[in-house]
Amino acid sequence: MNLANAAAAVLWIGVTAYALFAGADFGAGFWDLVAGGARRGAPQRALIEHSIGPVWEANHVWLIFVLVMMWTGFPPLFGAVASTLWIPLTCAAFGVIARGSAFAFRKSVTAVWQRRIFGAAFAFSSVITPFFLGTVAGAVAAGRVPAAVGAGNAITSWWNPVSVMTGVLCVVVCAYLAAVYLTGDARRAGDQDLIARFRWRALAAGAVAGVAAAAGIAVLHGDAPGLAHGLANRGLPLVIVSAVAGLAALVLLWRGWFVAARGAAAAAVTAVLWAWALAQYPFLLRGRLTIAAAAAQHSVLMATLICLAAGAVLLIPSLTWLYVLFQRSGPPPARGVPDRGR
Amino acid sequence: MILAAGAAADPVAARSQMGFSLGWHIILACFGVGLPGLVLFTEWRGLRTGDPVLRLLARRWAKALGLLFAVGAVSGTILSIEMGVLWSGLMSRWGQVIGLPFAIEGIAFFVEAIFLGIYLYGWDRLPPRVHLLSGIPIFVAGVASAFFVVTANAWMNTPAGYTLHDGRLTGVDPWAAMFNPATGPETVHMILAALMVTGFGTASVYAVAMLRGRRDRYHRLGMLIPLTAGAILAPLQIVAGDFAARLVADHQPAKLAAMEGLSRTTAGAPESLGGWYSGGELHYALRIPNGLSLLARLNPHATITGLNSVPPADRPPLVNVVHLSFDLMVAIGFGLLALGLWLAWAWWRHRDTPRTAWFLRAVAVSGVAAVAAMEAGWVTTEVGRQPWIVYRVLRVADAVNPQPGIQYGYWAVVAIYAVLTVVTIAVLRHMTKSVAIPAAPQDADAESYTVT
Repeated sequence: MNLANAAAAVLWIGVTAYALFAGADFGAGFWDLVAGGARRGAPQRALIEHSIGPVWEANHVWLIFVLVMMWTGFPPLFGAVASTLWIPLTCAAFGVIARGSAFAFRKSVTAVWQRRIFGAAFAFSSVITPFFLGTVAGAVAAGRVPAAVGAGNAITSWWNPVSVMTGVLCVVVCAYLAAVYLTGDARRAGDQDLIARFRWRALAAGAVAGVAAAAGIAVLHGDAPGLAHGLANRGLPLVIVSAVAGLAALVLLWRGWFVAARGAAAAAVTAVLWAWALAQYPFLLRGRLTIAAAAAQHSVLMATLICLAAGAVLLIPSLTWLYVLFQRSGPPPARGVPDRGR
Repeated sequence: MILAAGAAADPVAARSQMGFSLGWHIILACFGVGLPGLVLFTEWRGLRTGDPVLRLLARRWAKALGLLFAVGAVSGTILSIEMGVLWSGLMSRWGQVIGLPFAIEGIAFFVEAIFLGIYLYGWDRLPPRVHLLSGIPIFVAGVASAFFVVTANAWMNTPAGYTLHDGRLTGVDPWAAMFNPATGPETVHMILAALMVTGFGTASVYAVAMLRGRRDRYHRLGMLIPLTAGAILAPLQIVAGDFAARLVADHQPAKLAAMEGLSRTTAGAPESLGGWYSGGELHYALRIPNGLSLLARLNPHATITGLNSVPPADRPPLVNVVHLSFDLMVAIGFGLLALGLWLAWAWWRHRDTPRTAWFLRAVAVSGVAAVAAMEAGWVTTEVGRQPWIVYRVLRVADAVNPQPGIQYGYWAVVAIYAVLTVVTIAVLRHMTKSVAIPAAPQDADAESYTVT
């Protein structure tokens, strides 16, 4: 594997991590939005706040990692994508800032009306951010981004069937991941009512995600036949893995094996992302810009990858400590459903 | 299509948007760099002495840190996105040259975010000593982040580490790009500025409370600890600033000329304070004979390059903005130095802060003043580099995203940040008031205050 491919793989690992971790945080915001009135929704919102509070900032850093990796490793790709897709990216940026600050503000105020306003801002922006990021992904996948800076159409490049479908799919997948993760967190908190609610939501969101993904294939055939072809050929094994893992996650949820369900749900999302990557390999922008053509100088890739490898030595144990510390230390678990997933 | 009908490539809107969001973010970034140091120091002293006042201060500062870090993290992300959305022409070509420090900064930011989560949410879950240690990476990584990000800005001032062949980038040495000539002075200057903004900014909050009559030990320490940090750093900052200005004299003569309002290349140039630049001359300035030559070259008769040394198209267009911002920064820097000396003198004489209310008033304005100086410094260096985005390599007008409608993004940014400013200040004020500070804090007051 040459350095440019290695850098592309690292970039894609960043995208995957952002989807799996920050995606779930966005999804938690979605469930916050639909949790109901201030009193009825309070236990769900408390669980959401408890679950994402310590980790969302660390999860959010994956986005910065992806952006930096793009402009360092593949500067023409970054210039092309960011200039043509400046509208959805700017909207996503506003969503990011509203989500993060509203979440922090909500923790710091006590009056119900204030918590309501910040809660609404947090939840609403948690839905629009993955939507706009999804439209960006969809625009790239559908081949709507020319390789030259600012050469694409500012609107139709991302406001088209594939992009919008990808945006919606992102929102649904985030909600699905969040519900699966939160079901496990609810069990640790020992709250039967919350377990039931989130399990039901995870099953529903999983089913909707499956239907949306299937519908997406139909949209792809019409609007982005090149990608559809890639998914049906080189990407096919991973598409199948994704479908199987997605179904398995639903079964595991149904049976109450929540930890295993988390793994299966994450595997389903990961497989879709890598199927897309394989389907358009070796292109970053289909038919326009290959990995090799966009790659930075050898010296840059080498220095960056070495630094990231050194950074990983610091980060992996640190991240592990963060997740383990707060996965273990919820409120003391109540008796009830035995945790068969462990 | 409405947007397509708008004006094409708009460097003014893009510059305004970048300047506005960067100028906003950097205030929070300063607290993100400095506040962990303050919280850790106070927690450590509280742990050693068992003093509930210190322990309560540490907790309350940590809670503010949590809020400021969150808003700073997301407002910093906007900047990463804007790098591409606004400056696609810069990033599509030069992104790889300045990418390495950003990649390392990404790691540092990861470390900050991870350990901030552990530190804040682990306050009552971890043993005290482990908890204290878990905070150290936040401070180290915060300072490191500031260093790496500023190296990229330093590169825009003194680009290095690449070779061009027929206008094509043929070789990149990312380490040479990172450690370009401006890196040393600029990073030191900014890190000190961040620590000073935190020190004077935090102290000013307590000075205001003391002026309102709360002169108990909690407020006195709340003022004294950060103020001492600021006072220690103020003289170092003047040395660092001098170092940075001399670097500008060597590498960016047109910027230095704009900073001084020096229109013609002059031997034995005077140091000009204030005034107004128009018609190619600086009017009404207070001039110290030979001052500039002495400061910039350590020789009173040295020749200093004036604005006329570069073609009009390559001169910074807003000389007054550059010159007056620079003077404002320097004036505030010396004012903060004087404030520090006042504190040191009073402490030496009677082991106490000065007793006059004028001292509290001075501390109360020092926070805003430190922020103003830091912003004025950024205005000086950024506006002084115009019309270049990368000095003598790439013009701003050639770097901007050519898509129509960029100005709408600018107006949206202004509106969103206006709301964010009001809300952030309101929530910070609410946090200080929602749990009253007891007149004489006990252990129970410290232990019951929730950090998150």
